[in-house]
Amino acid sequence: MRIKHHPILNDETRECNATIIVDGKKVPAIEGEPIAAALLAAGIRKFRETPKYHKPRGIFCAIGRCTDCVMIVDGIPNVRTCVTPVRNGMVIKTQKGLGEWGEKS
Amino acid sequence: MKTTEIAIIGAGPAGLSCAVEAAKAGAKVTLLDENLKPGGQLFKQIHKFFGSREHQAGTRGFRIGEQLLKETEELGVEVLLNAAVYGIYENKTLAYVKDGKDHALRAERIVIAAGASENALSFPGCTLPGVMGAGAAQTMINVHRVLPGKKILMVGSGNVGLIVSYQLMQAGAEVKALIEAAPQIGGYGVHAAKIRRAGVPIYVSTTIKEALGTEAVEGVVIHSLDEKWQPIPGTERTLDVDTICLAVGLSPLTELAWMAGCEFTFIPPLGGHVPIHDENMETTLPGIYVAGDITGVEEASSAMEEGRLAGVASAESLGYYDEDTAKRLKDEIWQRLNSLRTGPFGEGRFKAKIKQLQARRQLA
Repeated sequence: MRIKHHPILNDETRECNATIIVDGKKVPAIEGEPIAAALLAAGIRKFRETPKYHKPRGIFCAIGRCTDCVMIVDGIPNVRTCVTPVRNGMVIKTQKGLGEWGEKS
Repeated sequence: MKTTEIAIIGAGPAGLSCAVEAAKAGAKVTLLDENLKPGGQLFKQIHKFFGSREHQAGTRGFRIGEQLLKETEELGVEVLLNAAVYGIYENKTLAYVKDGKDHALRAERIVIAAGASENALSFPGCTLPGVMGAGAAQTMINVHRVLPGKKILMVGSGNVGLIVSYQLMQAGAEVKALIEAAPQIGGYGVHAAKIRRAGVPIYVSTTIKEALGTEAVEGVVIHSLDEKWQPIPGTERTLDVDTICLAVGLSPLTELAWMAGCEFTFIPPLGGHVPIHDENMETTLPGIYVAGDITGVEEASSAMEEGRLAGVASAESLGYYDEDTAKRLKDEIWQRLNSLRTGPFGEGRFKAKIKQLQARRQLA
C-alpha cells in the first residue's frame, strides 16, 4: 500500500510512471524506486522460495545486506530487489531455489 | 591506479561528517558508498533529534542529512556512489566494484564508517515474509513511502522500536502491540509515552512464541516470561497482525576492519566485537581509522561526532593541522561526545567506550 498522505513528509507527489512484469502480471511502479517497494505496494510479499524446503522468503533488512529478497530480474538470478531500482518494462520472477539464468530482456 | 589522500568508506552520518572535516582542513577526500544515494540511514530519520543545540537537537534527521550533503558538495569532496568496497589490501589500497566493474583506489589514510545492520530473532515462523527489521520497515515507509503491512507487532522497546512504532502509525498502519522481553521499557520514556497515548499497549516480560501463516505472516502468538526469562504456560495470546517488526539491536559491520587486520575487543553493550581504537579514532593499524556504528552501536549524533574526530585526526596526521589547532578542535569534539554519553541511557555507553580506549592503551 502506498502512503498518500503523511503528517511530516506531506502528500505524495510522485505517480506510477512505469510497469514491471512480475511472474507474467503487470504491476504499476515508479521509475527509480526499489523493485521491492513496488512489489510491497502491489501487496506482493513472497519474493522467493528456499532451495531445499521451498519455504517462502520476503524482505528482511531492506538495505541490501541480508539477500533474503533476491529474485530473477531480467533473466539474472539473485538480484537484491531492495536496492535495485525499477526500470520500465523490467521482467521479474519469483526465484525458486538458486534460480536459473534466463534470457536478458 | 586512482589515488587520494583520505578514503572514507560509507557515506552515512559518520562518513559524511568525516568528509566535511577532512575537506575543510584542505585534504583531498574520496567518499565511497555502495548505495545509489548518500546519507546512509539518516534519510529515514524523520523525527527530531535529541541532545543539546550543538547536536542539532530539534532538527529532523533527514534535514541534517541534506545539510551534510550540501557541505560535502561545497567542499569538493569526491563522492563515489554505487561503489561497494570489498577489500582493503596492502599499502592502503581499496578494492571496489562500481557499475559492475572492478576498481582500485590507493589512499594515504582510510576511514571505515561502514555502520551496522539489524539483528534477527529466532522463533518458529521467523523466516516468513512479513517478519522484518524495524529499520527495514522504517526505510519502506519514510524513504520509499510504502507500507509493509497494515497490522503490526513491534518487538523490542528500545528507541528504535518506540520511534518506528510511532512512525508506522504516522504512515497509516495500526500497531497492535509492542512487546519487550525485559521487565522494563528500554528506550526513552518520552517516546514510550507518545505511543501509549496513541493507544498502543506495551507488554513487558513478553516475547514471541510463534508467527502464524504459511506463505506470509497471518498472526502471532505471544506469551509472558517469568523472572528467569522462561515462558509461563497458559499466558499465550494470539494477535491479529500481518507484519512483525524486530527492533532487537544492531551489530557493527566490521568485515572490512577484520580483513584489514585491525585488532578487536569484545564489548557486548556496543554490539559485540568492535575494532580497538585510540582517542583519534585510529585503529591498531597506523593510518586506518574507524567512526560511527562500526566502533560500537550508538546513535547518529555520536556517529557524526566520531566522524568529525576521525576527519580532524586524519587531516592532522597528513600535516593539514598543526598540533595545537588539532588539539583544540579534537577537545571540542570530545566534550560534545562525552556530553552525549551521559545520563541513565548514555552512561553505559560512556563506560563501554572507556573500556574500548583502555584496550588500545593496554596494547601500546
